[in-house]
Amino acid sequence: MIRYTAIRLVEIAAILVLLSFIVYALIGLMPGDPIDLMRSSDPRMSAADAARLKALYGLDQPLLLRYAGWARQALAGDLGYSRLFSVPVWGALLPRLGNSLMLMLPSFVLAFALALGLGTAAARRPGSRLDAAVNLFCFAGISLPTFWLALILILVFAAGLGWLPASGIATAGINDAADRLRHLVLPVATLTLVSAASYTRYVRAAMREALAQDHIRTARAKGASEARVVLHHALRSALVPVTTILALSFGGLVSGALVTETMFGYPGMGKLIFDAVMGNDYNLALAALLLAAAVTMAANLAADLAYAWLDPRVSYR
Amino acid sequence: MKAPLFLLLAIAAASFAAPLVGAVAGIDPNMVDLLDRLSGPSLMHPLGTDELGRDVLVRLLGGGRVSLVIGVAAALAAAALGTLVGLAAGYLGGWTDRVLMRGTDAIIALPLLPLLIVLAALDLHKLGLPERVIQSDEISVIRIVALAVLVGWTTAARLVRGATLVTRNRDFVRAARSLGAGVPHILWLHILPNVLGPLIVATTLSVGDVILFESVLSFLGLGVQPPLSSWGSMLSNAQELIATAPMLAVYPGLLIFLTVVACNLLGDRLQQRVDPAAASRRWSTKKNRRAERGGERAPGPF
Repeated sequence: MIRYTAIRLVEIAAILVLLSFIVYALIGLMPGDPIDLMRSSDPRMSAADAARLKALYGLDQPLLLRYAGWARQALAGDLGYSRLFSVPVWGALLPRLGNSLMLMLPSFVLAFALALGLGTAAARRPGSRLDAAVNLFCFAGISLPTFWLALILILVFAAGLGWLPASGIATAGINDAADRLRHLVLPVATLTLVSAASYTRYVRAAMREALAQDHIRTARAKGASEARVVLHHALRSALVPVTTILALSFGGLVSGALVTETMFGYPGMGKLIFDAVMGNDYNLALAALLLAAAVTMAANLAADLAYAWLDPRVSYR
Repeated sequence: MKAPLFLLLAIAAASFAAPLVGAVAGIDPNMVDLLDRLSGPSLMHPLGTDELGRDVLVRLLGGGRVSLVIGVAAALAAAALGTLVGLAAGYLGGWTDRVLMRGTDAIIALPLLPLLIVLAALDLHKLGLPERVIQSDEISVIRIVALAVLVGWTTAARLVRGATLVTRNRDFVRAARSLGAGVPHILWLHILPNVLGPLIVATTLSVGDVILFESVLSFLGLGVQPPLSSWGSMLSNAQELIATAPMLAVYPGLLIFLTVVACNLLGDRLQQRVDPAAASRRWSTKKNRRAERGGERAPGPF
């Protein structure tokens, strides 16, 4: 187990190094170049100035050398300066990370609560009308374009009924918790509905398998109440596989939800990565992407380990 | 089985017949009529006109053609690439297998949407592609298909590898080998037919995924570019007019939704026919260990 974990960690580190190089090289292939951008915005800058600046920032060096320079600094903890936000990378990253957690965590918890309820109810009576309705909800949820759902929610609840704000994170000038909560309702609802649909399918399948096992029949035969059978006996074994999905979804907490954030004008990690990539902000884009990739892969590893820990029949050599 | 298949065929038929119908009725999807902007439904324009006075219905159907072509082309190409990788990994085994499967693992483990954005925004000039290709109308479509294939091949690769591992030592394959059959012959005639069922199911399901993916990229402005339009790009255009003409956004979204639901339902029903046990396994996580995850990704919040 320890050996397995160690090998996986080395693998993750290797993938991160490879990924950082690939992303570094790819960003160089994006339209525009920082110095050319400066030049186009300042007509007095001459070609000689541009060349001097390129030499100053090392942009005239070959790709590998530039990458090595970046990597050396990054390993020393210096991720550089964000051109887009004019602050050190960490200063741009941390507030967005907080915003993303505030958006993703409630959606995550609500979606799981909804999925556990619906999935369990559907699994108890396969083929019933309730089961069919839950199935319909699942199919609808996984087939819905997220931004379209967001659009409909905005149309109905913000533009139509005027109950909730359509975008942003807080009303300008107002700084209280209630206002921030009101801004969270629609994006959280969007994310919850979309992810609850796929979680429900997993819970339903896991519960059906759990309820079909022999020890459930034994529990029933011994006269355990239905609530005890479902909640104590079946849910416990059904939760093992569900935990895996939970851990796998964890990466989303850090990589954010780009489409939902864009729709609701919410400043989270997804939008940050998008803006950094589009705005040629090397340092910020690299740091954010690598952070997202590292957390996602760590979550994958945690999922595999949790699976072996919860189910003693599973072992990794 | 019947209903989703019928729905899909109806949408496809309508989309591909659209230019024909438009020509007969004398409607050009790109014809601008600034005097007749954002009009409501009428006999001439059953779903009204958009912000440039173009007929919404004809444009919707034309956009459907682009969306469907992207979905089907990418799903087929991804299945083909995945099959090649899966066959190589499963049949050759050893180092080939290890390297290829680590590759698929890595792709499955990464947060893909941000990485795809980087790829979607690349400057094709800097990649050194010929100018003729970059300037062509279809370049945005080709780019989306390429991206979808890049992330989509892993499912097929895992499926085919698994089936190949099971089949390669079955008696009929060994018999064929002992009779002197070559590797391509064995793979094509003896092994591939055994995965065809699950492969078709996975491909059907991925058509829906690709259409959703295309709509997300188009929504971000990285998808289909004018003069072509798809449901996704129509939807992202309509966003700016959401207050004045909400229906412009509702229609393309509804069509995406119906098409993807139909693909998912069809895939599910097909799976129940092809392999009833696998149908329940697809969503089951009982055997959800890394090696058996079958390429299923955690539901990624967009």
